[in-house]
Amino acid sequence: MSDASIPGPAAPATGKKSSLLELDARTKRRNAAETRFKAYGIVAILIGLCFLVALLVAIVRNGAPAFTQTFVTLDIELEAEAIEAAEASVVKTSQYRDMIRAELMGRMAAEGIETDMDANTLGQILSSSEAGQMRDFVLENPDRIGETVTFNFLASSRVDGYSKGRVTRESLERDPNLSPAHLDLVDQLEEAGIIERTFNWSFVFGADASDSRPEQAGIGVAMIGSFFMMLVVLALALPIGVAASIYLEEFAPQNRFTDFIEVNISNLAAVPSIVFGILGLAVFIQLVGLPQSAPIVGGLTLTLMTLPTIVISTRASLKAVPPSIRAAALGVGASKMQSVFHHVLPLALPGILTGTIIGLAQALGETAPLLLIGMVGFIASNYPEGVASGFLDPNSAMPAQIYEWAKRADPAFYERAWGGIIILLLFLMTMNLIAILLRRRFERRW
Amino acid sequence: MSFAKLTASSLAIAAVSASAAVAQSRDNVQVAGSSTVLPYASIVAEAFGENTDYPTPVVESGGSSAGLARFCEGVGENTIDIANASRAIRESEIETCAENGVEEIIEVRIGYDGIVFASQIDGPEFNEFQQTQWYNALAAEIPMDGEMVANPNTTWAEVDESLPEVEILTFIPGTRHGTREVFEENVLLVGCEESGAFDQMVEMGMSEDDAEAACISVRTDGASVDIDGDYTETLARLDANPDAVGVFGLAFYENNTDTLKVATMGGVEPSTETIASGEYPVSRPLFFYIKAAHLGVIPGLKEYAQFFVSDEIAGPGGPLANYGLVPDPELAATQEKIANETTMSEEM
Repeated sequence: MSDASIPGPAAPATGKKSSLLELDARTKRRNAAETRFKAYGIVAILIGLCFLVALLVAIVRNGAPAFTQTFVTLDIELEAEAIEAAEASVVKTSQYRDMIRAELMGRMAAEGIETDMDANTLGQILSSSEAGQMRDFVLENPDRIGETVTFNFLASSRVDGYSKGRVTRESLERDPNLSPAHLDLVDQLEEAGIIERTFNWSFVFGADASDSRPEQAGIGVAMIGSFFMMLVVLALALPIGVAASIYLEEFAPQNRFTDFIEVNISNLAAVPSIVFGILGLAVFIQLVGLPQSAPIVGGLTLTLMTLPTIVISTRASLKAVPPSIRAAALGVGASKMQSVFHHVLPLALPGILTGTIIGLAQALGETAPLLLIGMVGFIASNYPEGVASGFLDPNSAMPAQIYEWAKRADPAFYERAWGGIIILLLFLMTMNLIAILLRRRFERRW
Repeated sequence: MSFAKLTASSLAIAAVSASAAVAQSRDNVQVAGSSTVLPYASIVAEAFGENTDYPTPVVESGGSSAGLARFCEGVGENTIDIANASRAIRESEIETCAENGVEEIIEVRIGYDGIVFASQIDGPEFNEFQQTQWYNALAAEIPMDGEMVANPNTTWAEVDESLPEVEILTFIPGTRHGTREVFEENVLLVGCEESGAFDQMVEMGMSEDDAEAACISVRTDGASVDIDGDYTETLARLDANPDAVGVFGLAFYENNTDTLKVATMGGVEPSTETIASGEYPVSRPLFFYIKAAHLGVIPGLKEYAQFFVSDEIAGPGGPLANYGLVPDPELAATQEKIANETTMSEEM
């Protein structure tokens, strides 16, 4: 643009009086354009906010019911003979189930609730996990055989859905798992205080359950799986990433080879995560022979995915340290390494940590690579026994568990998938918050 | 300095744990394969963990073919022990297995699964279907006056006057699923033969193989949509398209009776009874395959298989039947087969 085209105040319009108080048409247009542009920006932000609010409302509305659960409280006398007989059979839990159902019948009769259902039909009110729960208790507390013990059994997913408004009498009309007649009994049992809905800690800390008992499923074991994977990622990606960045940024000569590496790191950051899954399968499982479905393999795979993110952010924060710091350190006689480790790195640390936390958060929410290394399915059913088994025993991860729940037939799993999203989001928000706080607290500007 | 130390030590930890992993022996059963069998397998795995001292087996999904491919990768602790399949293993897969050292395979049939045709509960009146109607609605080309023409039917009423006057839109399992094969053979091919289209094609000079292929080729003009995901995806698509019909497994339908209604096929209502008796035409056996070389190496493998097919679990009234599996009338023979570890090569 040449100078001549700029209409300056020094060149007033000919034949027209210009006022300082009154805007001329051109200025008005320019101001209007600016106002419009600001409005576009605000509209864009508002649209974004609307989506965010809609998303959060949907997540909380769908997911909140997963945190409460309906329980049936029963006092059961543990008879030594009956337990011995149960332990002698092939499917041991079925006899425990009979004991529980008999107790439920007896309790209802005592409360004056009448029904013509047999014990097995009536038992559909209870989750099928009840027998296993009772057997576990008996095995853990053999000294209490002969006493009367109070058990809190899970109600079946349909009963639970009824108390949450998801299941109605109409929707049960053709349902083989529960009938509207059951719901009448449930109402009476609730009045008698036998059925109650309380906060469900076992959703947060429990293990996954099979397709027939969504009421028992919890995300706790998958959370442990995610935790061990993140440990692997942190222990490998942070030191490797930082070491690579320091070398590339501070020591490496500028030549074609380092340029080539630099371009490739940027490319790697854009590679779809499923590709890292295939790589993980080929290298860690098939070549190295690490066990399938193990968090250590998941962690190694996610390390590959996270490395470029960490390298890029570390290099950016190293670059942001002014050269005068390095020059001053070298000027007072520090070696190159001393200047980097004593002066540059501490100043770059907040940026590095922020990048690392964001990289970890990204890895925490990743499902695609885990599909290929066998971490999706009915896997997170056992708590790891120790640190080594935490790394090596089959486990899932939080996003993989959510994906798995969303696929299952029973609508009750859908609610749990949303509930899992809430927990995952809490973790991600905490991590991002820590990243922001670190930056605010320690970042220095020059 | 500290960073260098940290790097070195963490690398050392990684190396140690990696070598520990190779040395450690696996004590849990690993299963992968069909997503149709997954719910049953997970129910059994859970009950197995509850009832025995063995750890709960790990069950992954991914599809019959993917599961069998992993099954055939070889023998050893970092390969799976059992592949679930919603179809019988193919000759080519047995060969691949043998090439990789998996020579001894035990085939276990766990029961039958029905395939049902369902639509939205307050959608159009899809109550009765015949295989011929599905063939005429979904075939890519149908014979007419001595030549093959592109399927002209756009609404169900055009196919058959007894059906509702709505556009044909079906969600059928994609080719990745074992269910697709059953759908093609028990619905499209049967419909093709019953409607006389098959004979017409043969008269037109097509070979029987070509005619069969023409019978099961599905139109691609949007009237039929392949679902490569799970039944939850089919359900979601039905929610968005109230006039559509979806193909589901019986167990999935029974868990979602509040939103779905099922149609009869060939005049028979799908239920565990009609499928067990063979009256309902669209059903298929479900299997799992055991790597015989792993028996006695992986603790709990044989026990898991025996537990799976025990009368209390897979028999009538057991948890699997409650979930929608149709019990196998020949369960006793299967139990004996596992007890004797009879492999497929010995059966022949």
